[in-house]
Amino acid sequence: MFDRTQRRRWARTAAGVLLAGAALAGCSDSNDQQNSLKPEGPYAQQILDLFTPFFWIGTIIGIGVVVATIYVALRFREKPGEERNPKQTHGNTALEVGWTIVPALILAIMAVPTVATIFDLAEEPENAIEITVTGKQWWWEYEYVDEGIITANELHIPEDRDIALNIQSPPDGVIHSFWIPNLNGKKDAVPGRSEFLKIKADDVGEFLGQCAEYCGLSHANMRTRVFVESEEDYEKWVEEQQASLAAADVPFVEETLATKWACTSCHAFTGVVGAESRTGPNLTHLGDRTTFASGMYDMNLENLTEWVYDAPEQKPAGPLKNWMPSFKDKGMTKEEAEEIAHFLLCDTATDPTVHPDCE
Amino acid sequence: MTTVEEAVTQAPVERARIVGRPTSSTGFWSWFTTVDHKKIAIMYGTTAIFFFLVGGVEALLIRIQLASPNNSFLDANQYNQMFTMHGTTMVFLMGMPIAAAFGNYFLPLMVGARDVAFPRLNMLGYWIFLFGGIFLYSSFLLGGAPNGGWVNYAPINSTPMADGFLPGRGPDFWAVGIIMLGIGSVATAVNFIVTALNMRAPGMTLMRMPVFVWMMLVVAFLTLFAMPPVTAALIQVYIDRNFDGNFFNAAMGGEPILYQHLFWIFGHPEVYILILPGMGIVSEILPVFSRKPLFGYAVVVFSGIAIGFLGWGVWAHHMFTSGIGPVAVAAFGLSTMLIAVPTGVKIFNWLGTVWGGAVRLRTPMLFALGFIAQFTIGGLSGVMHAIVPADTQQHDTYFVVAHFHYVLFGGLVFALFGGFYYWWPKIFGRMMNEKLGKVQFWLLVIGFNLTFFPMHFLGLEGQPRRTYTYDEGLQWEGLNQLATLGSFTIALAFLVFLVNAFMSRYSPPAPSDPWDGRTIEWMTPSPPPEYNFAQVPVIEHRDEFWHRKYTEDDEGRLLRLPAGAAVDTEEHEHLEADGHGIHMPSPSYWPFVFALALPILGYGFVFKNWYILAAGVVVGFFGLVAWALEPATAEDEGDDSGAGPGGGHLASAAVEGGARSRPIVDEGVH
Repeated sequence: MFDRTQRRRWARTAAGVLLAGAALAGCSDSNDQQNSLKPEGPYAQQILDLFTPFFWIGTIIGIGVVVATIYVALRFREKPGEERNPKQTHGNTALEVGWTIVPALILAIMAVPTVATIFDLAEEPENAIEITVTGKQWWWEYEYVDEGIITANELHIPEDRDIALNIQSPPDGVIHSFWIPNLNGKKDAVPGRSEFLKIKADDVGEFLGQCAEYCGLSHANMRTRVFVESEEDYEKWVEEQQASLAAADVPFVEETLATKWACTSCHAFTGVVGAESRTGPNLTHLGDRTTFASGMYDMNLENLTEWVYDAPEQKPAGPLKNWMPSFKDKGMTKEEAEEIAHFLLCDTATDPTVHPDCE
Repeated sequence: MTTVEEAVTQAPVERARIVGRPTSSTGFWSWFTTVDHKKIAIMYGTTAIFFFLVGGVEALLIRIQLASPNNSFLDANQYNQMFTMHGTTMVFLMGMPIAAAFGNYFLPLMVGARDVAFPRLNMLGYWIFLFGGIFLYSSFLLGGAPNGGWVNYAPINSTPMADGFLPGRGPDFWAVGIIMLGIGSVATAVNFIVTALNMRAPGMTLMRMPVFVWMMLVVAFLTLFAMPPVTAALIQVYIDRNFDGNFFNAAMGGEPILYQHLFWIFGHPEVYILILPGMGIVSEILPVFSRKPLFGYAVVVFSGIAIGFLGWGVWAHHMFTSGIGPVAVAAFGLSTMLIAVPTGVKIFNWLGTVWGGAVRLRTPMLFALGFIAQFTIGGLSGVMHAIVPADTQQHDTYFVVAHFHYVLFGGLVFALFGGFYYWWPKIFGRMMNEKLGKVQFWLLVIGFNLTFFPMHFLGLEGQPRRTYTYDEGLQWEGLNQLATLGSFTIALAFLVFLVNAFMSRYSPPAPSDPWDGRTIEWMTPSPPPEYNFAQVPVIEHRDEFWHRKYTEDDEGRLLRLPAGAAVDTEEHEHLEADGHGIHMPSPSYWPFVFALALPILGYGFVFKNWYILAAGVVVGFFGLVAWALEPATAEDEGDDSGAGPGGGHLASAAVEGGARSRPIVDEGVH
């Protein structure tokens, strides 16, 4: 059909189109908040700096092999009717030694900074804020060790400070993996172990993360947010989180939440006696968070109401024991749910005016 | 050991019979009871292609669900079953069995044997594969399919069902099903090893074996040693889950990471088990369609062996983020970089094979070339994983999904299609349609790359694996939609293949050597008779058949030899007219019966039903004993060639002029 020149042109055009497509796919708009290619801290940057040169070397080699494959196929193609008599080469020792040694050398060169970076990233920083991260079925608990704060799903850290994370999972839990791509690689949360991971953000910002080890039905829904704040804002946040529940709010917790619906069998409220369980997220300052259900839903009255009313409907849980039950099935009315949601949204918030739903 | 004279003069022992031995050589029952490696291979291949389709449909469902954010086409539980079964099916019910299919058909033919060493064991391997696949899939109807990922990690898969970490009995089906399939794999591995080492035609030294045979030999050893650790791990999972074991239960002092070590020390050799047959096929196709020998045969062979050995030393590169510490992680990063060397060498040797050749771009060649290009891309993303700190960003994201699909689909599957087109005429006696083949190839190239190339970016841009949905605002929709479009293009390519396969029955009969082949399977008729070779060839070269057709002049150019590269049709005619067949192992029921015991036991274990277990034990025991008492070859076939208790006619001797083979070693029961 096509003669050799035309075929070569076709091949080159095809290769060009493919490469353009590939480049387009790569350079297309990508998100800023959960993206390992857009580091916002020194550790993620260090990783990208290690990766990038070898990525390009690999790309060049890859393109080279693809082009070479197309080239040998077309250049030595037997025309129909032609019967060529190719030289029956069995090998070439020099070449074979060469193309064994050269890749080995490239890999050896790659190995040196790789090992150096491994140990660099494993080094525990001094003067770091220490936070214990516990992956639970399907949310993240954050305990600020020195500050004495226990919160859930949303991390607040000051800019330009080292954060030393102890990644854990309850001994009777499953494996999760904590990952904020803009700030560092991931670390698994393994039952019975405590793994070290450090993060550090250069500037103020908001970053997203997700569980990265399959952990069941709502693995995809186990998301997290990191708020990087100025030193002053961070200190203010710490103070607010350290405060117990306002005395005026304690009766509601004790009567409605604890006695009537047994919420405190799983959820803690600092300042309420007997409400210390860590099975579910600590709710003392729920209203200060911007999302709930581990980043699934925006913090507003409607969403919270639906959640309190029938959580399994909002987040697939299957037969998991110790999951938030459907209170609808336990006889709660929508109005009751809304009342509770309103309390959780507005009464636990340090500043209720941030929520339009709180008058 | 009986001598030939003793065996001949001994009267055959009367054996107790409960059922008569099957005797059909045509029709359904001949397939059902066959021990002929070629029929078994066709059954392996057909069943594996069926599972390929099923796994493909699962992939399409996954891609539909992921085409848009917050989609509700599949719910979480359905999706989790889909990705688990897609991976499980492709690895255990497609990849390994298709290799077994090609190995079964061509390993004996390529070494000049008449069958494998243990024909009934061979059949057992097939039945276990079929029953294992049915067993796994029956779970959909029995409380839900496996939904814990194809790796079935502890502790999520090892906590008791009552804890509800995963709905249903999926993890039990997976653990029991994979152990079951492993038994079949080991049986086949043993068969291939003994056949390749003991049953080569006279003159076929190891270094004259085709590369495909070498790769299957390495794969067989890998299988033999890789199956035990995962079997142990799954037994532990089963005990943890059903009998309050604590192997992986941290709350009682167990260690979850132990499972990962045990699984991956199987799992990494497993991926070489998957890819090496493909590399073997490509190593056969490229020389034929370039009219040149494989460039650096020894290097290619030794690289394959090196990959086999080194593959045992890299397992924890699947565990870089699991917290095993910087020293371990650095060590495995280095060993992973090391294994890239023999892998890369092969690529260059393959290119060197095509270079300077007389290239015919027929369909098998296109697929082989596609393998080279795409496997290389997959290998390079693998090297990216070896950069450990970078891997902490890539692990458990779509970057990994891209990597392994490039090596296993762009690599292995392309090689398998190449093998189908290449060997179809030999197996079925018909050519596949060349135009349709090219259409399939291009559709597959476009579809495959469209599906998986974007995933490199999705992974680096934050999309994790095994997630049934993703949120808006992360800008992943565009690339996901591209991938979904690509997956349907792949489906179309598959349809073209199926059409081509069916239509081939209407093409004219294929000659015995349609491609001007190099290896001795092309010396037989298409398809070969049951006994493969009328007279087992004496091997004097690597690429023996080629050297019977051509010699080289001083410059290393080809000189066609006068007609003498016999396809031994004359001998066949002589045989048929004579009425004296070559003794072949006889068909048998017992592999089927014994294999049947395994799913029965399987259900007994999953449902913890002691009656079912007892039934399985009875069936298994009965099948095994009946098998042991049955000779490999039925005695009443005019036996005068000294069959002992085990039969043993397969070992072929190059008997000058004679069509009848003689037993060489005659020990024990096969």
